[in-house]
Amino acid sequence: MVYKKRLDGRKFDELREIEAKVGVIQNATGSAYFRIGKTVAYAAVYGPRELYPRFMQDPKKGLLRCNYNMLPFSGSGERVRPGPSRRSREISLVTDKALLPVVDLEQFPNSVVDVFIELPQTDAGSRCAGICAASMALADAGIIMKDLVGAVSAGVVDGQVVLDLNYDEEAYEEGDVADIPVAYIPSLDKFSLLQMDGKVKKEDLVKALEMAKKGAMHIIEVQKKALKSKFEVSRK
Amino acid sequence: MNKEKQDHVLNYLNKNVRYDGRKKDEYRKITVETGIAATAEGSAKVTIGETVVLAGVKFEVGAPYPDQLDKGTMMVNAELLPMSNPRFESGPPNIESIELARVVDRGIRESNAIDYKKLCIKEGELVWTVIVDITPLNADGNLFDASALAVLLAIKDAKMPKLKDNKIDYKSKTDQKVPMLEEPISVTVLKIGNHYIVDPVSDEEDVLDARLTVALTKDNTICALQKGGEQPLSEKEIEEMVDLAVRKSKELRGYLR
Repeated sequence: MVYKKRLDGRKFDELREIEAKVGVIQNATGSAYFRIGKTVAYAAVYGPRELYPRFMQDPKKGLLRCNYNMLPFSGSGERVRPGPSRRSREISLVTDKALLPVVDLEQFPNSVVDVFIELPQTDAGSRCAGICAASMALADAGIIMKDLVGAVSAGVVDGQVVLDLNYDEEAYEEGDVADIPVAYIPSLDKFSLLQMDGKVKKEDLVKALEMAKKGAMHIIEVQKKALKSKFEVSRK
Repeated sequence: MNKEKQDHVLNYLNKNVRYDGRKKDEYRKITVETGIAATAEGSAKVTIGETVVLAGVKFEVGAPYPDQLDKGTMMVNAELLPMSNPRFESGPPNIESIELARVVDRGIRESNAIDYKKLCIKEGELVWTVIVDITPLNADGNLFDASALAVLLAIKDAKMPKLKDNKIDYKSKTDQKVPMLEEPISVTVLKIGNHYIVDPVSDEEDVLDARLTVALTKDNTICALQKGGEQPLSEKEIEEMVDLAVRKSKELRGYLR
């Protein structure tokens, strides 16, 4: 193990700086802004609204439809070509599954709740930032939820388990890197997103999950604070 | 067209006031901010009332156009994100986003805002392309003026990346700005009934008879026009709308700092 000090000087279990706000997009039913380090996500929720085409409607339950999209200028390298890619469609899918366990679809039969996630600036951890923004936007929209969802990635950089990898760590070349984005639901004590790329030993995976869980719990506190502060302002 | 909505808007205009309380020639509150996306080489956020537009600049290098071997190029693209308005749908660019991008593009291009000759790296072989993407976060009317302002601010904010072996090294920005010769300002005037208004909200755009977007240089030379809406315009009407655009452009120019 040679990764003794993180490239940006953080402690191994330290999150990047977080900023969270709700009610940032006026046209939306609910919306949120979530920044972690240099990764920024906006989420807007529209609905529940009627679902088209009609054959997709289900009289027993509604549909949660997430759409993850990187804005063309949000990557530090080349321009990201607009429109869906294989990558963005897969992330939309896993985002959907990350949020589903906390949303009660039976509350809105025949309808859809659309969640649009847009990233103006990214530095790794964008799917997790998107899920955090979406979690807050759903709550802001008044969608009945069983819990909030906290998402963050943990990983192993050159033998060291770390929390919330930034791009430089993901791209670390002097040793193996494993990146494990997760979403965690505290009330269920379960993970609703789990992906991994890289190489990791089982013991390190368990350590990483434990670390991610603590990170996600902290993120959920930040989400709650942002949601509450919207209403504190209006009380004045 | 929704007749009730039209009556509602017109009833107020006939009393010389907008139904949100503004004067006919009054913009909503405008705020501008640059450097809002660190991954872009240049970026800006423009807020006009509830309308919020982001614009970001990325650079590419490539072969020049065969008829402009010693000049760089520019491209403007707009994505009407479904996030920004319940009416916008996902999918390939629709005609509204294409018109928006092209009208903004025309203002920048025809005013010669960018010194394309200075964007030539090697004549006939390699030139810079400036790509600007327009992405509204919240669309509540007047995307034309907000986007034109955001695009110009983003280009002004941009710092060119380094070139290494004829490829862009995005990691190292230089202090070099995009060479500029002009700063065009766009003002869109709407005609509803016998009234001219600027800075419409969505409800007003829904009932417009005609729309005229006027791009103006610093010395008030008209550098691009786009008429929209179903009703035709007389010469006199065009003159009056251009006059209003010229007057309001001075106000908007103040936001370029």
